[in-house]
Amino acid sequence: MSTVAFATITILTLAAALAVATLQKLMHAALSFAVMFLGISALFFLLGAEFVGLVQIFVYIGAVAVLIVFTILLTRHDTERVRGFNWSGVVVALAVFAGLIWAMESTKSLLIGPPQIQPLTVQRIGELLMTSYVWPLLCIGVLLTAALIGALILVLEEKRE
Amino acid sequence: MADSVDQIFFHAKQSLLSPLADRAPDWLIQVASSLVNIGALLGVFLSLFALMSVLERKILGRMQNRYGPNRVGPFGLFQPVADGIKMLIKEDIVPVRADKIVHFLAPILIAATAILSLGIIPYGRNMTPFVIDGGILFFFAVGSTTELAVFMAGWGSNNKFSMLGAMRAIAQMISYELPLIVTILPVVMIVSSLNPDKIVAAQSPYVFGFVPHWFVLTPWGFVAFLLFFVSGLVESNRTPFDVPEGESEIVAGHMTEYSGFKYATFFMAEYIGMFAVSGLAVTLFLGGWHSPSPFLEFIPSYVWFFAKLSILLFVYIWLRGTLPRTRVDHIMNFAWKFMLPMAFTCFIAAAVWHYAGRGLSGWLWSLAVIAVVYVTLSMLLETKKKFAPRTYRFAE
Repeated sequence: MSTVAFATITILTLAAALAVATLQKLMHAALSFAVMFLGISALFFLLGAEFVGLVQIFVYIGAVAVLIVFTILLTRHDTERVRGFNWSGVVVALAVFAGLIWAMESTKSLLIGPPQIQPLTVQRIGELLMTSYVWPLLCIGVLLTAALIGALILVLEEKRE
Repeated sequence: MADSVDQIFFHAKQSLLSPLADRAPDWLIQVASSLVNIGALLGVFLSLFALMSVLERKILGRMQNRYGPNRVGPFGLFQPVADGIKMLIKEDIVPVRADKIVHFLAPILIAATAILSLGIIPYGRNMTPFVIDGGILFFFAVGSTTELAVFMAGWGSNNKFSMLGAMRAIAQMISYELPLIVTILPVVMIVSSLNPDKIVAAQSPYVFGFVPHWFVLTPWGFVAFLLFFVSGLVESNRTPFDVPEGESEIVAGHMTEYSGFKYATFFMAEYIGMFAVSGLAVTLFLGGWHSPSPFLEFIPSYVWFFAKLSILLFVYIWLRGTLPRTRVDHIMNFAWKFMLPMAFTCFIAAAVWHYAGRGLSGWLWSLAVIAVVYVTLSMLLETKKKFAPRTYRFAE
């Protein structure tokens, strides 16, 4: 059952990823990007990491995909223009893929069996974030607040001109 | 007796699945069980949608001192059937310059997300269709994809009004998603779980034996409930926040280029989204399926849930019959300058309530926190602006 599910999800995700790279219209590519994120979150669900899967949907489809779509809309005037096929991109992608495979093969990490871990429930993640990892969490909070204020200041200055 | 009536749907599902129980493999039982749940959800909520559409017109008619639909069937109750047939046989017009695939997929996606978010709500004792540990998170994760669907509708139509409507819808959804999520944080924090069933269970005891332990009866819960309800109103694009489809300005917003059954699908998604947000409000603040008093517990749990849901839905219709449309910039200002600070205040007030012992003193302390912030905020925002008498140049 889980093998069938895994195969289906992987094929769909890879097909969506391929569509992102090859579709002629930019907006279609951006929308299939969202489908690919959905496939990745389904993989997380299959692995039992439902919190990560939900956050994947939340952040990547709800925010990142919308951001990409808006960026295309606001910056480009030729969204309808047909994109050509880029063979040098294929070469670069293959080279990066080969390099990653080589790096993975040359480490010993493939030989080490997976450790026995408890399933990561939302409750446990919350407890860990509030106890062991409270300082990193606070630091990220401060960083994000600074980014938010920075974004607001950027917008304000643009208005004054 | 009362117990068996309460569990009638649970037992019905079990007896429906019992022929499979011993022979079929586990995954088949799981799939069959999910299918039964999905079928029940669709059946109940699509008929609720049909009922709601006619009741809304009847109640609005009553408020405006006219009859409303009264031709089809007794009291016009079969009006949705007639409407459905009309929608089905209408011509489906797709603009020539539209992006055909995106234009086609948008209504499907928007309806799918609306229906998915119904799955995690506990409708009664043992009646949660989709039990998941992070149920509340699931609700909002699915809800956040609605923005993409609205964008697809607006962009795929290749129409200025559609695009403007989609932009307005997305701007207001993103702005109000923040207060919507922040107002549920106090509940999640007090219960220390994202599981809707546990949130409902935490509201089950009765204080002094008759006052229900619902979160809406605490100061932070009451304010959070109001904020949640208003944000939910905005998220479902209802009056007074229906600027994305304000017909006097931009025809019908992102639905301008949709006709026939696709338009009906958008309409349905809007109503189902409304049911989902109201259902979540009932779950989080109004005690879910629990009865308001211990001696009323003989009434089945799902009756209580749907009674509370229909009260909220009535308020939706009531507001629609009463309030005019808000201006776009007013909606945004309201979100960022009032809703968000108040939502964070609820969060702090809930913490105060918790650390003051969750009793009467906590109740008073959290009320004090909210009152101080509310008064300060209203002074800062100058809500008591002095209006000069209005002068009319032509309409004397």
